[in-house]
This record gives sequence, C-alpha cells and structure tokens, in this order.
Amino acid sequence: MSEKEVRPFVEMRRIVKHFPGVLALKGVDLDVMPAEVHVLLGENGAGKSTLIKVLSGVYTQDSGEILFEGKPVQIRSPHDAQNLGVSTIYQEFNLVPEMSVAENIFLGREPLFIRQFGILDRGKMFEQAREVLSKFDIHVPPETTVKRLGVAQQQMVEIAKALSLNARVIIMDEPTAVLTSREIDHLFKMIEDFKRRGISIVYISHRLEEVKRIGDRATVLRDGTVVGTVPVATTPIDELIRMMVGRDLKDKFPKTKVEPGEEVLRVENLRREGVLHDVSFHLHRGEILGVSGLVGSKRTEMARAIFGADKIDSGEITVRGKRLEIKSPAQAIDARLALVPEDRKRHGILPNMSVKHNVTLSMLKRLARIGVLNLGKEKESAQGYANSLRIATPNLERWVMYLSGGNQQKAVIAKWLGVDADIFIFDEPTRGIDVGAKVEVYQLMGELVKRGAAILMISSELPEILGMSDRIIVMHEGHIAGEFTREEATQEKILSCALGSTPAQQTDMGVEA
Amino acid sequence: MSEVGLEEIEKKVTGESVPSQKAGFLSRIPWSSIGMPAVLILLCIGFGSINPNFWSMMNLTNVSRQISILALISIGQTFAILSGGIDLSVGSLLALVSVVTAQQMLNYGLWAGIAAGILVGAFAGLINGVLIAKARLPAFIATLAMLITARGVALTLSGGLPIDGLPSSFMFLGAGKIGPIPVPAVIAAVALLFANAILKRTRFGRYVYAMGSNEEAAMLSGISVVKNKIMVYVVSGTCAGIAGVVLTSRVISGQPTLGEVQELYAIAAVVIGGGKITGGVGGIWQTLMGVMILGVLANGLNLIQVSSYVQNIVIGVIIVLAVYVDLARERRR
Repeated sequence: MSEKEVRPFVEMRRIVKHFPGVLALKGVDLDVMPAEVHVLLGENGAGKSTLIKVLSGVYTQDSGEILFEGKPVQIRSPHDAQNLGVSTIYQEFNLVPEMSVAENIFLGREPLFIRQFGILDRGKMFEQAREVLSKFDIHVPPETTVKRLGVAQQQMVEIAKALSLNARVIIMDEPTAVLTSREIDHLFKMIEDFKRRGISIVYISHRLEEVKRIGDRATVLRDGTVVGTVPVATTPIDELIRMMVGRDLKDKFPKTKVEPGEEVLRVENLRREGVLHDVSFHLHRGEILGVSGLVGSKRTEMARAIFGADKIDSGEITVRGKRLEIKSPAQAIDARLALVPEDRKRHGILPNMSVKHNVTLSMLKRLARIGVLNLGKEKESAQGYANSLRIATPNLERWVMYLSGGNQQKAVIAKWLGVDADIFIFDEPTRGIDVGAKVEVYQLMGELVKRGAAILMISSELPEILGMSDRIIVMHEGHIAGEFTREEATQEKILSCALGSTPAQQTDMGVEA
Repeated sequence: MSEVGLEEIEKKVTGESVPSQKAGFLSRIPWSSIGMPAVLILLCIGFGSINPNFWSMMNLTNVSRQISILALISIGQTFAILSGGIDLSVGSLLALVSVVTAQQMLNYGLWAGIAAGILVGAFAGLINGVLIAKARLPAFIATLAMLITARGVALTLSGGLPIDGLPSSFMFLGAGKIGPIPVPAVIAAVALLFANAILKRTRFGRYVYAMGSNEEAAMLSGISVVKNKIMVYVVSGTCAGIAGVVLTSRVISGQPTLGEVQELYAIAAVVIGGGKITGGVGGIWQTLMGVMILGVLANGLNLIQVSSYVQNIVIGVIIVLAVYVDLARERRR
C-alpha cells in the first residue's frame, strides 16, 4: 500500500499552542494514516503531550487546523474528540475504582431502560460490555470492581472503553511504562489486531527498542517543533536519538568535576514503616550523588524523610559530623539543608505570589527585626538572586505561575541560596522544563558543588543520572539496592539493580522517564 | 515551515504573554486595583443623584458607624480566607462576646468587661486554630461547630435574655464621636491600618499569604504551618472580640442574639473585594472595598426606599457579579 494514494485519517497543520511564558508548540504538523502506529518521540518538554492534548480536546490550539479525512474540524472538548473517533489512554487512568468494569466502560453514556426517566438498563450494559471485551479478546469479567484489577487489566478496561466508543484513533501515552514484559507482548498483539481493523494508534514512548517493534512511522519533536517524520523500519535508533536530542550528550550534561571533600551528610538505617527500609548512604562536599530507581521505589519519600517533611520511625541523620533529629523542614533548613521538590506545582512554587516573595520566603528571618520586614532589603536580595540565576521575568512582582517551568525551577532554587544552604536535595531537577533551561540547571548544580555544596540528585532519567553524578545509588522498594561510581555505572547495571531482578528480565523494562 | 514564519509566531506569542512590556496604554491600567473603587464611586454618585441626602454629613457618619462592625470582623475573615481557610464562627462570637462583656462589666467594672470580651473572642479563635491546625479538622467544620457552640454558650450564660444596666460611660465606644467621626469608625480605621501593616510588612503576614497560596510548599520552605494557622484564627477571634465589645456598647446591653449571619457578610465582603475564596489572594484594602460597597448599598437602597427584602436580592446578585468578573479576568490572562 503506497502512502501517497491513501488519504491521512487525521491531519494536524501548523498547530501553535502557548502557555503563559512558554511556547509549547511552534507550528507542528502531524499526519496519522489509517491503520498505522504513529510514534511520537521527543524529550520531556518537547511538546508531545501538549500535541496529543490538542488532538484529544483537552487543550484548544491557538492557531492551526485539524482535518479528519480531509475535512476541517473543531475540537473544543474531549467530547468533541470522542465523537470524531479519537480516544486517549493516559498514563493515569480515568477509571472510577469503586465501579464495575462495565459501568466504567459505559460511564456517561449508560444504556437506558426508559430514556425519559434515566433508568439504567443494567442487563444491556453488561451484555454490551461482554461483547466489546470478547470481540477484542480482553479477558476481564465485566462485573469485577475496577479497584480489584491489576494495572494491566485496568489498562485493558480503558482500551475497551475506547473501543466501545468506536474509536478510529487511539492515543496511548507511554502505555508500557507500568507493564511487565508479558503484558507488553499482549498489548502489542492487540495493537496489531487494531491495525487489521483499520484503527490507527498514536503512540508515545521513550523506549526506542519498543518503538522499533511496534511503530510504522515516527514523528520527532524537539522544543515544540517537528524535527522530522521518518519510517521506523529504516531509521536506526542512533539517528532517532540524534533527532530527539539535537546535540551531543556531552553538551547536554555540562559536568563540573570537583574533588569531593569531607563527609557532610550521613544517613544510617533510616526506616519508615512500610515505606523506607534501612536506608543508609553518605554524601560528601563537592559531590553529586545520583539516586536512581523505578517510580515507586520511594526516592521522594526518602528525600522528604531526611528533610523532616515526613516522620521517620528510626534511623540516624548526621549533618557535618553532628547527629540531628530533624522533625520539620524548618529544622532541616537551619541545618542548611535544601529541598527542590519533584512536583514543582504542588510542592515547590507558591503560584500566586510574586517572584520576589517566592525567592525570599525562607530567608524572611534574616530580613526582619522582631517580625517586621525590611522591604527595601528584601527587594535588593531578591533582585540579586534573580540576576545571578538569570530568572527570566519582566519584573519581580510577576506571579511565579506565569513563568516558564525552567524559570519557576530557578525561583525555587534561588530560595535556598538566600539561606546559605549547602546540602541540596534535588528531586527530578529538570522535570517538565525545556532543554535550554535544563542545561542551565545543570550548570547551576556545577556552580554549587564548586562552591563546596553537596548535592543529592534524584532522577528518573538515566542519561541525567549518568551524565551528572559522581556516584550513584539505586533504590528498589524502599531500600538501597546498589551503589556505583561514575566510572563503573552503565544503563544496564543501574536498570537491573533498580528492578531488583535478574538481568534476563531487563530488556523491555525501563526506568520511567 | 520557514524560519521567518516561526519567529513571527514566537514574537506574537511572547508579546501576548507579557502584556506589561508591549501592550497598549489601556491594558497597562491596573484594572484589578481600581475596579472595585470605581464601582463604589459609581454607587455613591448614583445614590447621591437620586437622593441628595446621601451626601449629607449625618448620613455619611451613619454609614461609617454602620459598617464599622462588619469591617472589624471582615479583617479577621481576611486573614482566615487568605491563609486558605474560613471562619464561620465570627457572627456567633459577637453574641458570646457581648454576653461575656456585659456580665463581667456588671461584676468587675468597665475595663474588666472590655478585657473579658476581647479575651473570650481570642480564646474562641485559639480553639478554632488548634482544631484546624493541630487536629486537622477542615476550617469549615471547626468554625461551623464553633458557630453553633458559641451561640449556645451565649444563650446559656444569659438565659436567653438581654443583660441590661451597663454603665453609661461604656456608651462612648459605640455612640461617641471624636470630632465628627464616630468612635466605632475610628476603632475600625485603626484596626484596618494595623492589620494591613501586619499583612504587608511582617513575616507573619507573608506566611499567611504563603499558606493560602500553597500550604505544602510553604511547609517545605520552613514555615511552621501549625503555629501560623493558629495565629490566624486567634487574630480572627480577637477581631470578633473587639467588634463584639463595640457592638455591645452600641446596644448598651449584652445580647445573646446579636450577629446572626454576620459571618456570611464578612465572607461576602472579602470576595467582593477580590479575595480568592481558596486563599492566597486579597488584602485589607480589597476587603475594605467589599465592606464599603455592602455598606453603601444597604444605606443607599434604604434612602431610595428599597425594602430590606429586595436589598438581600441585590446583595446576592452583587456577590455573583463580583466573583464572576474576577474569574473572567483570570481566565483571560
């Protein structure tokens, strides 16, 4: 079948979408042919998820048009998208855990017994659910409550829901991130079946081996533009990587090598019932200690426990040779610890406070006498930190929620410079910020260690871990499963350690990105 | 797509997202800070042109006296809402404070009564604060319980009857004047200035905003959320204490039925002024605008002989409009 003769099912033309302070899509084109698996590739922040959210009606584009079978359409809501035959399987499932499989499949469009009275026809609902499930060979009983199902089965319910909507395009956002290799095989078999039935798949994944297995064409995004659309079969993986990254890995991770000094943080047998099990490690001045592990390996929980945000049941924390009982973030800050949290929006920024007030929040004690603030001095220090971190903002009074992700992150970091923090815990320091700002964050980390700070860097991105760390510890289910020096660490070693399993199983499992 | 086209798009987009730099004169006017004062002035001009008595000295002093109580409890409400909470108890606290003030005044004299009234308000606020910050009850529930309880205590202490016989020297607080200005208005003005200074110029004030903007981030920034939240409700209770004492002086008796639904008008004042009900946004001046709009509306509608029944309808509509305009502006950003 020649592609030129077949009309694309979906065409997205010159799609532009901006958010306050960020141009997320700068005129993106995307074609989806009937019965193809079209892979979207790109680093975090490249614009993949924004693009699929435009297609699935979560966002509306600022400009550009969308055509279905050659006809322009308006997609203003997920409902519009569903009516056009677009269904999306997000990483976070949209299921009601307390309801049955059938109820979830037909949520919002339940078969009715007497339409006028809104009385449900439960018999018909289960019958139709069974029909969809068996047609596509999905082995989940429709009566089961969704919360009793495993992740893979829940995903199948989502897929059944999409199919019962007569979806012609199914968007899958990292569908394999939560699956075992057997489950992945099953999913891929289903995808082949969908193709035979003329259904197209838009597939987002970071795992390039997987993309090779399942993809027909791939569109690579970088910084909100399309780098190219290529046939997967004839494009080598290295080429795909080069398209995604757009530069050498060496420039991507500007590593400042500092000779590690004395030990500044020692954590021994940190334990929190059901969460952390005897976590022990040490951190030295001038060192970046990477913490790798799968999602759910309790790295964030460890960071919060050290920082006094969550209670611990036992364990010893020694800071600069002194044993401390850190019971609150305030005490951690007094010991000159700093935490740059993973979820910037929920834990990092104070969205409707100004840049100035965000930056100075932790140092107000130094800017006040008997509780009264010296506003002039406050402005001066805020300006100083904003300048030295090059926070891009029209002025310091701007609400921090209107800055780009990278500048928000810098504001969070700036907060800690004002209290002379020198033991930094960075939890996913570059999540959701664009490539340029990432490099700036890395340079900043370099400057910090040069000035004698120590950094504990939690990251789910293996290249980041390998590129920035002097030493790497790997967590698995709440304990430290292994430790590597920068020199001995490889992607494979870290992965097998993170999985806590035999190396044979590694091949198609990955660290969540 | 060509490079030039792309740059154009980028220029256009960044131009839009940074209005303060490139946009025209009109969008540079800070509408959010002059919107409500403009509404207030329009209301005054409107009422004044229908009934010129609106501008009379007597009427204006009347208005200022009438809004003083609401202003005082709205200060506390501003702290509560800014911090991400709410204080439903302030109306009932007026009654409790009134009864306690009157009883202690009869027993131990003028100053003891005043002090007892303010202290009982502060203490009720402390209980609210501990329930919310320590026991982690939702503010809505804790202060709802206090609303019911405080009314019950006021009725129990007083046996449901007014407490008369307060010394005439006590009348000064509610009915007296300093120059042409009623004493309650002076007290409210001083309290407003003081509260504004606390919110804008002290660490505690900044922490109030921070907790309302993002409590988790505030905690991770080293702010003691428990301590500062308790403080917020103590402030609110203290404001209710002061308001209750002034109100008691105005009616020159202890009244267990005072202040019904006043908490709702205080909440209305905060949101009409532009405070965000989920916290973090607002301030004393905005709240004062809300209080004055409510006060001028009530007074003006009276003057042009609109029944108090209809007044309620108008106020309800105003609340919806004020918040809707705010939301619409926020969505446009």
